[in-house]
Amino acid sequence: MKIKITTKELKSDFAEEVKKRSGIDVKKCYQCGKCTAGCPVAYEMDYMPNQIIRFVQLGLKREALTSRTIWLCASCITCTTRCPKEVKIAELMDVLREMSLEEGLANPLEKNITTFHEAFLNSVKKHGRISEIGMIQEYKMKRPKTALQDLLVGPQMLSKGKLSFLPHDIKGKDAVKKIFEKCK
Amino acid sequence: MQIEERKKIGYYPGCAITMGSSSEEYGTSVLRVSEEIGPELEEIHDWNCCGASSAHATNHKLSTALSIRNISLAEQSGYKEILAPCPMCSQRLIISQKDVADDEELKKDVADAIEMPCDGDVKIINYLELIKNYCMDEIAEKKKKTPKDLKIASYYGCLLLRPPKVLKFDDPENPTSMEEIVEATGATSVDWELKTNCCGGGFTLSRTDVVLKLTNDILECAADAGADAIAVACPMCHANLDMRQKKIGKEYKRKYDIPIVYISELIGLALDLGPISLGLNKHFIDTKSVVNAFE
Amino acid sequence: MGKKIGVFVCHCGTNISATVDVEKVAEETKKNNPGVAYTTTYKYMCSDPGQKLLRDKIKEEGLTGVVVAACSPKMHEHTFRNAAVKTGLNPYHVEISNIREQCSWVHPDIPTGTDKSIDLVRMMTEKTRKDKSLTAIKVPVTKRALVIGGGIAGIQAALDIADGGQEVVMVEREASIGGHMAQLSETFPTLDCSQCIMTPKMVEAAQHDNITMYTWSEIESITGYLGNFDVKIRKKARSVDLDLCTGCSSCWQVCPCKKIKSEFDMGIGNRTAIYIPFPQAIPSKPVIDRENCILFKDARKKNIKPNDSKVCRKCIDACPIAPVKAIDYNQEDEIVDVKIGAIIVATGFRELEDGLYGEYGGGKYEDVITGLQFERLASASGPTEGKIKRPSDGKEPEIVVFIQCVGSRDPAKGCSYCSKTCCMYTAKHTMLYKHKVHDGHAFVFYIDIRCAGKGYEEFSQRAIEEEGATYLRGRVSRVYKKGEKLIVLGADTLTGSVVEIEADMVVLASAMKAQDDAEQFAQKLSIQYDKDKFFSEMHPKLKPVESSSAGIFLAGTCQGPKDIPETVAQAGAAASKVLALLSSDELEREPVVARVDRQLPPVFSTCIGCFYCQKVCPYSAIESEDIKARDGSVIKTVARVNEGLCQGCGLCAATCRSKSVELEGFNDEQIYAEINALEFN
Repeated sequence: MKIKITTKELKSDFAEEVKKRSGIDVKKCYQCGKCTAGCPVAYEMDYMPNQIIRFVQLGLKREALTSRTIWLCASCITCTTRCPKEVKIAELMDVLREMSLEEGLANPLEKNITTFHEAFLNSVKKHGRISEIGMIQEYKMKRPKTALQDLLVGPQMLSKGKLSFLPHDIKGKDAVKKIFEKCK
Repeated sequence: MQIEERKKIGYYPGCAITMGSSSEEYGTSVLRVSEEIGPELEEIHDWNCCGASSAHATNHKLSTALSIRNISLAEQSGYKEILAPCPMCSQRLIISQKDVADDEELKKDVADAIEMPCDGDVKIINYLELIKNYCMDEIAEKKKKTPKDLKIASYYGCLLLRPPKVLKFDDPENPTSMEEIVEATGATSVDWELKTNCCGGGFTLSRTDVVLKLTNDILECAADAGADAIAVACPMCHANLDMRQKKIGKEYKRKYDIPIVYISELIGLALDLGPISLGLNKHFIDTKSVVNAFE
Repeated sequence: MGKKIGVFVCHCGTNISATVDVEKVAEETKKNNPGVAYTTTYKYMCSDPGQKLLRDKIKEEGLTGVVVAACSPKMHEHTFRNAAVKTGLNPYHVEISNIREQCSWVHPDIPTGTDKSIDLVRMMTEKTRKDKSLTAIKVPVTKRALVIGGGIAGIQAALDIADGGQEVVMVEREASIGGHMAQLSETFPTLDCSQCIMTPKMVEAAQHDNITMYTWSEIESITGYLGNFDVKIRKKARSVDLDLCTGCSSCWQVCPCKKIKSEFDMGIGNRTAIYIPFPQAIPSKPVIDRENCILFKDARKKNIKPNDSKVCRKCIDACPIAPVKAIDYNQEDEIVDVKIGAIIVATGFRELEDGLYGEYGGGKYEDVITGLQFERLASASGPTEGKIKRPSDGKEPEIVVFIQCVGSRDPAKGCSYCSKTCCMYTAKHTMLYKHKVHDGHAFVFYIDIRCAGKGYEEFSQRAIEEEGATYLRGRVSRVYKKGEKLIVLGADTLTGSVVEIEADMVVLASAMKAQDDAEQFAQKLSIQYDKDKFFSEMHPKLKPVESSSAGIFLAGTCQGPKDIPETVAQAGAAASKVLALLSSDELEREPVVARVDRQLPPVFSTCIGCFYCQKVCPYSAIESEDIKARDGSVIKTVARVNEGLCQGCGLCAATCRSKSVELEGFNDEQIYAEINALEFN
């Protein structure tokens, strides 16, 4: 990881922006690393959770929003629970993900994850509830490399009646669609 | 003994445990048990998906609005309490309720999006809370079977307990509510170290490798602690530990054969409700050993 | 003849003159105020020339009252009053008009600041016209000091006072003096054996002619005031007669209750029911733990006197003293009354309990121990004779993980401060461990390393460079058990990685907290304490050993986390304050106290004896006085202010329904003069 920090980054209002959107003040973080220490997925991340907060503290917007870390965060909220300065790290990850998508900076190496979220929400938008088959179909179509994954699980689920072919549309599905429109 | 007045509680199954879904046995067993020992549950009319991880991970307003719609629906139907057995749902509902209470701007936007008022003062509870608040005496009275030598590891996962300042349920580092219920069914609780660890949750499709590693840690710890089965209260945890158990075993070269049972199924067995009526035949890892322990 | 008041307006450099036109203030004051005979301005009134100006003008102009328009009276009222005294003018005719903190520093525009200053000065000149001469109150001083606490702070303070020629009473609630320092194995940065350097002082204190020591005793109550405290000491029943006992050890060797968790060993070692806390205890005479002794348990169950129980009498039987045994089961608590002139509070700290962090096991893992517990393991006179052994199975640990900042710097867990000593003692622990387990591995998880003292930085580096301790920068999120090992999940932020260590033992550098009963104790003494329940010093920089109550001083960790050198220095400082206090036969107190009026008969006093004033007085300074006729019959009972206790807060004056109490120097006439000066300009 090669990063050069100049006055430009240090004077940026990235931290302010984050604070306005989420109420989280990253100045409180004294980089003790307890979040990193307890993060179950840290071993797979490109940057450690405390480093992501450091990026926000120092105005390194691009580094934060293009990281794989924010997508690998499983939202287990262990970090927030144990943080001695009560910084809401997991909630911060939510905001950074949202900003990353807005600016088109989502890391392509974690396309599986971003595509999954897309497929999930498309299903909810269409039916008001998840149609598991529909969601999985969209996901595998967009991520063809995963096509063979869990091939055997599907039929097993079907035979146990745990996968329905038909989606359960709710009566209020238009209301739900409207929610999606209004929350763009 | 008769239960005089059944309290009607709004039932919010969520997409994972509703009928025909991948974790329907949780819903089945919850309803079957409530038939037997109460309280009375009534499905909230026309509930929508709470948005789960994908909504809150990508769009805060959307996530809040989806959850609040359900709370407002419940409020309009007159429910004072909502039971959401799926911890993803209960956590999102509670967090959204608090977010809207703390942020006037957000409240306005959400009310506009859902086209309903959102002052919902409804209390949202998880399944463990429901049993502890309403059913402990009933279980003690109506219990028909006591298992011989059944060691259960209670697995909480993340969403029942965290964030503790918002959920305010049990001790986030050393919770005991599930163990209390397990003991009430007559099974023995096993002391083990990873009961609040994350299973990888929603990464089950997109990053299965992560889920396999995390669930292996959990299975290994429970097995080493001498557990005969693991009790869960979350459909995601169940899917990861049950559906993927064979794959985990293959990947980490250790044959586990640990049934994963919902706490509601365990209660149902203690009340001598038929295993099939509880959905125990729908698991991937055979639950025979647990069912037989109750014979 | 009316007063001749001189008004001196200070520039205070530019502090006042930047936003107040001081020349104008002086001019206007001269113009419109009867009684103002002289005005001037000066750059720095508090300087030597400034004070000389004041003295000279008082004499030259024959001033009978002075107003210095300057900074807060808290700064220099004293200075200017002393200057007046030198000229023969009673100091209570000198008033300060605060035109800095209350004017120039808060109003940025000159016209506003100037107008307000003119008003403020006029108010004060009107008050000065009503000033009366007051004389300082003299109180006698009892020449005896009380030191509460027998740790290193208390011992040092007592020795310093005793060597200074004054009497000292020491009260320690444990069975022996020594405190936490006696529990330590070696001290940083010299690795001196703690007890070796301490026991000489302990012995000196015990044998000093001027020191009376009460151990196994507590303060029951303290009343009174500076120079005149009445202290009741509760000597708890030891069940052993200190005069007869020789400390031969026959009794505790035969005691059958051998598995009681020793407080001195922080629970990792055991003691008997009749015991001395450690071999070098002073006094080396035992106490009986009545909670756990089977004889006393039996007596309580059967509701009989202890000596009537026959359940176990091994200790008294073993006692060789004759004809009367040194052990007395029926011994009771005794209250001792002492008169004291000055008090030093040296009650120390407690270590954070190891159950606070659920993520570190919540206290259920035997091999996760605290800093003091590690000291007991490392100590040659400890439960393992100095060998580092796992409490669970007695095996020598190959890998020890030390976690710093446990409970400190953690606002989420209610403790935001740094405990100051842990970085140093953790470095020390790694060294002690490596000295004893040559092939062992020591890992330290830290956030910062704080080594500000002399030789401290070098000491800390030595742990890394010479002893081979590995320092990892990051907090630990979780410690849990896996088989025989403890899995430690930490981080190293310097490489940006998670760190997982399979440890055999984990040592938590636990926070230094105020004693459990610090709050109640502070209330008993009426001294202030802070949000963390440490006792408050009067001024963080300039009055580090004075408590909020006159005559009560602070020493050691009861005032805040600190190490031994600082404790000893602070103890000496407190002792010097006490010696200064006790060096005079009389003390002068500010005469700004309340006074209940007295009139000629038949009124005697306008006070109606409702004693509302007594109810509101925070210093218990209101007494009742019976006004008697010649035959001894009581005419009326009225209130009377105890000048020694009164702190001049004025609550009684504000409360009195019959306007019978007034504050000297701030009586009604003076206050109304100020208000009217503002109102009717």
